[in-house]
Amino acid sequence: MSFDYEKYIRPGKLPHIWCPGCGHGIVMKGLIRAMDALGMKKNNTAIVSGIGCASRLPGYIDCCTLHTTHGRAVAFATGIKMAKPEMQVLCVGGDGDGVAIGGNHFIHACRRNINITYLIMNNNIYGMTGGQFSPTTPTGAKASTTPYGNPDPPFDIAKLAIGAGATFVARGTAYHANQIEKLLVEAIRHKGFSVVEILDSCPTTYGRRNRFRSVVEMMNNLKEIAVSVQAAEHMSPEQMQGKVLTGVLYRDNRPEYVEEYQKVIEAAQDFAG
Amino acid sequence: MSNRYELRFSGAGGQGLILAGIIMAEAAAIYDGKQALQSQSYGPEARGGASKSEVIISDEPIDYPKATAVDALLALTQEACDKYSGDLKENGILLLDSDLVKKLPKGKYRVVKFPIINTAKNEVGRTIVANIVALGAMVALTGIVSKESAEKAVLARVPEAFTDLNRKAFLAGYEKAVAAKKG
Amino acid sequence: MSKIAFLQGNEACAYGALYAGCRFFAGYPITPSTEVAEVMAKELPKVGGKFIQMEDEIGAMAAIIGASLTGVKSLTATSGPGFSLKQENLGYACITEVPCVIINVMRGGPSTGMPTGPSQSDVMQAKWGTHGDHPAICIVPASVQELFTETVRAFNLSEKYRMPVTVMPDEIVGHMRERIEIPEPGVIPLTDRTPPSVEPEEYKPYDTRFGDVPPLAAFGSEYRFHVTGLNKAEDGFPTTRAELVQQEEERQMRKIEDHIDDIVSYEEYMLDDADVAVVAFGSTARSARFAVREAREAGIKAGLFRIITYWPFPEKQIAGIAGRVKAIITPEMNLGMTFHEVMRCAAGKSTVSGIFRVDGEPINPGQILDKIKEALR
Repeated sequence: MSFDYEKYIRPGKLPHIWCPGCGHGIVMKGLIRAMDALGMKKNNTAIVSGIGCASRLPGYIDCCTLHTTHGRAVAFATGIKMAKPEMQVLCVGGDGDGVAIGGNHFIHACRRNINITYLIMNNNIYGMTGGQFSPTTPTGAKASTTPYGNPDPPFDIAKLAIGAGATFVARGTAYHANQIEKLLVEAIRHKGFSVVEILDSCPTTYGRRNRFRSVVEMMNNLKEIAVSVQAAEHMSPEQMQGKVLTGVLYRDNRPEYVEEYQKVIEAAQDFAG
Repeated sequence: MSNRYELRFSGAGGQGLILAGIIMAEAAAIYDGKQALQSQSYGPEARGGASKSEVIISDEPIDYPKATAVDALLALTQEACDKYSGDLKENGILLLDSDLVKKLPKGKYRVVKFPIINTAKNEVGRTIVANIVALGAMVALTGIVSKESAEKAVLARVPEAFTDLNRKAFLAGYEKAVAAKKG
Repeated sequence: MSKIAFLQGNEACAYGALYAGCRFFAGYPITPSTEVAEVMAKELPKVGGKFIQMEDEIGAMAAIIGASLTGVKSLTATSGPGFSLKQENLGYACITEVPCVIINVMRGGPSTGMPTGPSQSDVMQAKWGTHGDHPAICIVPASVQELFTETVRAFNLSEKYRMPVTVMPDEIVGHMRERIEIPEPGVIPLTDRTPPSVEPEEYKPYDTRFGDVPPLAAFGSEYRFHVTGLNKAEDGFPTTRAELVQQEEERQMRKIEDHIDDIVSYEEYMLDDADVAVVAFGSTARSARFAVREAREAGIKAGLFRIITYWPFPEKQIAGIAGRVKAIITPEMNLGMTFHEVMRCAAGKSTVSGIFRVDGEPINPGQILDKIKEALR
């Protein structure tokens, strides 16, 4: 029997707004499969997003969903998780939303290690506004605001997350559809702030400006650049040129923020007698 | 507005003058059953700079929260004395640290001075209680709150381990002021 | 037994929030409001509540909206520059109709301005600071006791009308200390948001069958729903259908417009036979009261109209006063914000003149008394 995606989809809310060839739909399927594999309760799950194409995802999923302001998803999610720790809280969004305008909230959520999973769909561009360069657009790439090539160096989202203190960091691609589910299952199970970056593609605003002739070519590119952590162990630095590591990149065990705050409550109540 | 009594505690940031003002106001509002309002103004410095704490005491509800004509002014530094004595009433009380304030403001005031900080350091034993020495002196000079209420207010505000130290400081200030006033 | 305490305004504000049932605070340190956060950090965990110091003001505003959506009464506190940063998500709380309370202790501005100096220059920002049309409730207390009781009222109004409410003491009121009486729990009635009465399958977060303030479910309960900052239909999902967007926006404004008398609060002092009325708020109103008493002692018929609820503005009351007095005076620690509102309400029925001060010093009673005399000359 084929997988029943509809049990997590809100009736009447599809079709989605994403363009043909966009990988966000593949990522959403991976998320739904992960939620199903974990037996997540719809009433007990909050999915929070900011602004952008990827941030429209919560509207399609039948949970407690919050489509917030640009870049602020993690801050809203922090309020939900603190106020109701028994809820499973997920954040979803894109690269511009997450690490440009939302960069401050992102690094501080990593630092606190609050038990939230953040799924970032990184398509290296601001798609919704028509293809302006984002903090993950490669240097030299064309965007509507870099007509002569991008002078900015890009962020490596995974490294940023690790540096800021996230305790589970993974990367996959929209091409490796089955892996998305597996990475998300591990991320959601992990206690602490977990970041899953899915390399995605935007044929509409990135591909056509950067000499990708078709959707298939963009997908193939994701396939070709991805190297699993295991495979990379046997590859030389030269062989890794132009490649991107995928799989679970980092895992650590640090105290989780809401649990730590529980200790504050106990200390305060002891103090108050 | 005649029963409105205005006090100002001034000196440098970090000398505990805001606390001295709060205790004075609490003595009036909590223990003496009067109306009292304390306010302060301060600069960006946590330590140093000129700092003031104002207390208004009245039998009636207090409307304007800041001083209009000061009845009693404490100045622990020359800078504070220069800066904050302008609106002291004629014949108002001016309590000064005699080691630190050498230049008196122009005007007709009832000036009382003694080495306040030195009293705290050498007679009470800790410089940090200079604010409480000053408070004791202000209580003695103004008579606007009862000595008993003020002492209770001091002890309610300080950690138990420092009760004796602060009582000693309060009484030292009180007695020095009485003596200085006579002298 | 009520509890007697000698508290600072900002402290009283925090105790008012706790009394109102606030159990979540997110903030960011800023002078002169920080004491609110400090008291909440100390007291909230004692009652099982949560305090979080966020990475910035924007995040703090976001976090309280998230917390409130789980059904927990939530507070943030800030001052000028922080209030500017909060405007983005304040708008979000307006359009999504999520109850929450924002304390803004007014200091000099614009920008960094005068962090330790008093001001009353954020009152327009409280209504117009975030983009788009939206209802606003803003309360401007004048005493430590009032900061306590008005913070409780702010929570009640916020829950009742499903919207953010701002409480804006000026720095003087926020930092001064007075004796206050904290009533026993339950003495001041508390309001909670209306929960849904329909089955979860039927629930719509903006269901107008229940009036202009639709019931609000909590995240994590048996109700699931979608919340978005986009213009939305009754079911909470985005819509661009013109008639639905128009209806929703108008309904949100009606929440205030149809309940003005329930929300507006003010105090009148010696106004009945007054020839000249002073319209003031916050610490300036205390100065004005002093001036009015002095004027009366000098045989001048002066009175005071003290604004407690700044938004919605007490238009009807001020229009009424304008019809009775010869002159109105608006002293305020800004360059004429209330003056223009009062001019609008007076509509030429009396003269209106202002005393505007933005130098970080309070307007003293003498200044107001001089103006009273001048107005009647």
